Amino acid sequence: MAVIEVTGLTKRFKEVEAVKGVDLTVYEGEVFGFLGPNGAGKTTTISMLCTILKPDGGQGHVAGYNLWREKDKVRQNIGLVFQDPTLDRNLTAYENLWFHALIYSIPARERRERIEMVLKMVELYERKDNLVQTFSGGMKRRLEIARGLLHHPKILFLDEPTVGLDPQTRVHIWEYIHKIRKEKGITIFLTTHYMDEAENCDRIAVIDQGKIIALDTPDNLKQMVGNNIVYINSPEAAGIVPFIKEKFNFEAKLVKNQVVVEVKEAETFIPALLQDLPFPVTSVAIKKPTLDDVFLKLTGREIRDELGENHRTPGFSRRRRWR
Amino acid sequence: MAALWAIFYRELIRYWREKIRIITSLVQPAIWLFVMGGGMGAAFNGPGDVSYRTFIFPGIVGMTVLFSAIFSSISIVWDREFGFLKEVLVSPASRESIVLGKALGGATTAVIQGMIILIFAPAVGINLTFSMVVKAFVTMYFIALTMAAFGIVIAARMQSMQGFQFVTNFIVMPLFFLSGAIYPLKGIPGWLAALAAINPLAYGIDLLKHVFLPYHEYSLTTDIAVMAGFCVLFLFLGILLFKKDG
Ligand SMILES: Nc1ncnc2c1ncn2[C@@H]1O[C@H](COP(=O)(O)OP(=O)(O)O)[C@@H](O)[C@H]1O
Ligand SMILES: [Mg+2]
Repeated sequence: MAVIEVTGLTKRFKEVEAVKGVDLTVYEGEVFGFLGPNGAGKTTTISMLCTILKPDGGQGHVAGYNLWREKDKVRQNIGLVFQDPTLDRNLTAYENLWFHALIYSIPARERRERIEMVLKMVELYERKDNLVQTFSGGMKRRLEIARGLLHHPKILFLDEPTVGLDPQTRVHIWEYIHKIRKEKGITIFLTTHYMDEAENCDRIAVIDQGKIIALDTPDNLKQMVGNNIVYINSPEAAGIVPFIKEKFNFEAKLVKNQVVVEVKEAETFIPALLQDLPFPVTSVAIKKPTLDDVFLKLTGREIRDELGENHRTPGFSRRRRWR
Repeated sequence: MAALWAIFYRELIRYWREKIRIITSLVQPAIWLFVMGGGMGAAFNGPGDVSYRTFIFPGIVGMTVLFSAIFSSISIVWDREFGFLKEVLVSPASRESIVLGKALGGATTAVIQGMIILIFAPAVGINLTFSMVVKAFVTMYFIALTMAAFGIVIAARMQSMQGFQFVTNFIVMPLFFLSGAIYPLKGIPGWLAALAAINPLAYGIDLLKHVFLPYHEYSLTTDIAVMAGFCVLFLFLGILLFKKDG
């Protein structure tokens, strides 16, 4: 079942055409990634899906409600984690969640229990009475994720959930995202400009200059650019080359005493090869295409993480994001 | 209703966490009352046979309420800057409850500030009675709510704190100086009188004069009617501006 279905979404800011006709269908329970470089229009698209920003054109449904006519219903049924923090730093973690519980009309008798549950989930229960201004970037992010889940949304939107966090914390945030999906079965829609993170998604839409230029599973996208390359080390490397030719009809080559062969899918090729191979093998290595290769192929450019642009700097740079 | 309460209560929590602000905001009124009040006293020959210090007391109470109500509403701009406003605006909370919660919260903290100023009353020659305190409380709430709503209208479209200086210089100070807080409005030049006549604060402070002084500018009914009009107008405008935001 589709939980997000939009067609022809457009948005322009004066001379910048930020989103140029986006069509999207996202299904229940999937982790859907929106991948694109800075300025591609990810935040603008997510803002329109979340009813924060009014589209110039297009139509659609989010969480089962009309994006134009049933804004409040959409809002009640989605959880949001923005690119820039939106916590009240002068309140405690608990108070931030309490505030959220009230503005989302969570019944009084359920508030406490739910707040404690999400706090435990993101491992912030012990810090619940500390002011948010004493939290690290990763803790704030976790608190925002907890807050986004408090009102039991059908879809959780995360705009660049790991930007500006150290690699360890990034991994940790991803663990939470997978845990939420597993435990709650909710749909997760996220944006990222990190190629490696996009691999975590069930499906990815690649967006560039306001247009979706590809939409598929990470594996299919990568197959688009080319095959896997398998490297085999063996004392009898020279014998393996004709064997592969005979059994699989693949042109293997001998490079520096190493067998190099291009195959469609290394995962199925290697076991099949090893099963019947009459020679010993010392090691096998695989090189798979990355999403960088995909982006390069699609746009002729490399996706780059321009420093400064995407870092969560406090204060002034944030203003541009919000009206 | 729950949303209104959340927004209201958050104002109170934040007020309470900034105890320093509570203390420092008493300094300015004290300076007005005792330094200005003392210094100008000899030159003042105002109405109602009261000393200058006594005369400005309602005005200084009104000023305290005005400043804290407007500035608590202007904190919307900070909330925008630090992102928190987004959390509120993308929620399903009705725009009415957002604006009313903010206005009532700001008004309540402003009234607390105003009530604290009442401790100076005996020192300026006003003997507080219980009924005076009750009337002052109600009047202050009225002024505070109107001014907090006015602050929301200003803050609704303000994008940066640069506008803050502008608001102070071109809105808050003129409101105060043209309110009859520090000089009587009778007999001022025509253009000043015209400006004072459209100044909501002038009517609010006049209500406080009704409470504390044997002197006032307008009738009680005029004061209440005009203030009520402005109060409703500002609240309505505030809600309208937030609704347009989506
Ligand atoms: N409020 C705004 N006013 C003007 N231009 C904007 C605004 N928000 C975004 N843009 C522009 O729209 C384009 C897309 O921005 P955005 O959606 O933030 O990209 P992303 O999130 O993919 O980095 C950029 O060129 C950006 O400069
Ligand atoms: Mg963005």
